[in-house]
Amino acid sequence: MVEPQPIRSATITPPMRPVYEIERLSKTYARNRLVALDNVNLTINKGEFVSVIGSSGCGKSTLLKIMAGLMPPTTGRVVLEGRPVVGPRPDIGMMFQQATLLPWKTAVENIVLPIEIREGRGAAKQAYDKAMDLLELVGLKDFANVYPGELSGGMAQRVSICRMLVSDPAMLLLDEPFSALDELTRDFMNMELQRICLERGATAFLVTHSLAEAVIMSDRILVMKARPGQISEDVVVDLPRPRTLEMINTERFGELVGHIRDLLGKDAHE
Amino acid sequence: MTDNSQAVAMEGGGDTVWVEHEAFIDRIPRSVAMIFLFVAVVGLWDIVTRLGWVSAIILPTPAETLDDLIFVGANLSSGGYMLEALWTTTLTVFYGFVIALAIGFSLGVLVGETKFGERAVLPYLVAIDTMPKVAFAPLFIAWLGFDISSKVALAAFIATFPIVVATAAGLHAASENERMLFKSMGASRMQTLIRLKLLTGLPYIFTGLKIASVGVMAGAITGEFLGGGRGFGALIRQSASQLDTPRVFALILYLSLLGLALYFTVVWAERRFVFWNKSGRPGGVM
Repeated sequence: MVEPQPIRSATITPPMRPVYEIERLSKTYARNRLVALDNVNLTINKGEFVSVIGSSGCGKSTLLKIMAGLMPPTTGRVVLEGRPVVGPRPDIGMMFQQATLLPWKTAVENIVLPIEIREGRGAAKQAYDKAMDLLELVGLKDFANVYPGELSGGMAQRVSICRMLVSDPAMLLLDEPFSALDELTRDFMNMELQRICLERGATAFLVTHSLAEAVIMSDRILVMKARPGQISEDVVVDLPRPRTLEMINTERFGELVGHIRDLLGKDAHE
Repeated sequence: MTDNSQAVAMEGGGDTVWVEHEAFIDRIPRSVAMIFLFVAVVGLWDIVTRLGWVSAIILPTPAETLDDLIFVGANLSSGGYMLEALWTTTLTVFYGFVIALAIGFSLGVLVGETKFGERAVLPYLVAIDTMPKVAFAPLFIAWLGFDISSKVALAAFIATFPIVVATAAGLHAASENERMLFKSMGASRMQTLIRLKLLTGLPYIFTGLKIASVGVMAGAITGEFLGGGRGFGALIRQSASQLDTPRVFALILYLSLLGLALYFTVVWAERRFVFWNKSGRPGGVM
């Protein structure tokens, strides 16, 4: 099979500013001597959207936790904005599989929660205006004083997007953020996320199980293989921005999905 | 489904009207159903006693019981010695509940939040919990005497364990993602405990309080049975020893009002404080 355009691996560094740098990162769990990550090298540039995909147990959750400062690496250099990551930081925003909104707080109170935890209630109150702007950005301006119990799954995840953005993070870490939503809502939310990232020039790192989601969202896709967890290929997605859902029907999209599926399949059968 | 529903096809290809039928017994309103059951039970009771199937000492007639209900009610409302006894028991229950709440909650946090509590304290709590706690009553009487404090101790002792268990379980109710969220926001252990774990665990804690509210009543009355004193339990035991069964029935009914009052205070507090948890209410009753 001859491909008209070769699928590139990211070997040439584009003229961009690195935001997140990881060098020779490895993680070994002492308890069972499991090598979760082995010699991972990764640079994420300003404004880039990078996804990591791999089978369960390939170490992508471990990688995300280390990047978030929730878990220490065994060896290696982990640097965000020139400063080593040695714990949770306000310039890292996170999203989880569930919206994880506190049910006893209204949407706007949930959004300012990171500020309340770090700087106290006074600072949180002052951030209400900003929270309202963010709610407007995700189209939920009228839901500021609604409790999460009254929000749909998609609306709740949009509120959690606002919570992630409220402290102006330099890096967004997304842990399969829409995997609990139905497929239609998920597609819509992905397009919303792209719009928000493009609007704010956000740098994002997405962990996903979905090939289609990885291709439609990312500038680069890191394909991971397990035991030990390593990045086997860094695939550049050369579809133009902004992406649309119609691109799923293009030939190039199919080629990219096929290429990544081959890479993952090779790993699974070895 | 043709038995329960009617399919009426309109002439000329009209709408299909499909009426779902609800069984008759499910359509009776609650108040009517409750009154019906009450009348049925009292009626049966009346027949059984009137025909002399059961000795009057074992089961008095409803009329006798009603007479005593009125007598006890009059004594209570006129501030007689029974009101004093009821007040004594109320105080016992109240102190017992407050002490159980304080100790149970503290131990629950210790067990649920710290490794030390889970490893060292919990096994002993489980061991004590499996003992029949009423058996401790003679000890409490020996330690604290025959006045109210030994009854309070037994009531609190019985009511503490459900609160410990519920609090410890509640502290584990927050999900892995919620804990990660708090960690990622740089929350301290205290912040995570108070602003996430305790609030998430509140529905559990209130379930424990409801069980405790039943236990504290049992503890107070048992204490009064065994240790005498001036409470309602002593009155019941006195009447029972005189074979005054209608009086025992009447006293128990008034006593149940105290239990209900405590239970519904807890239910009210739960609705007030756990306003967000609409699905987590137990049963259909409350």
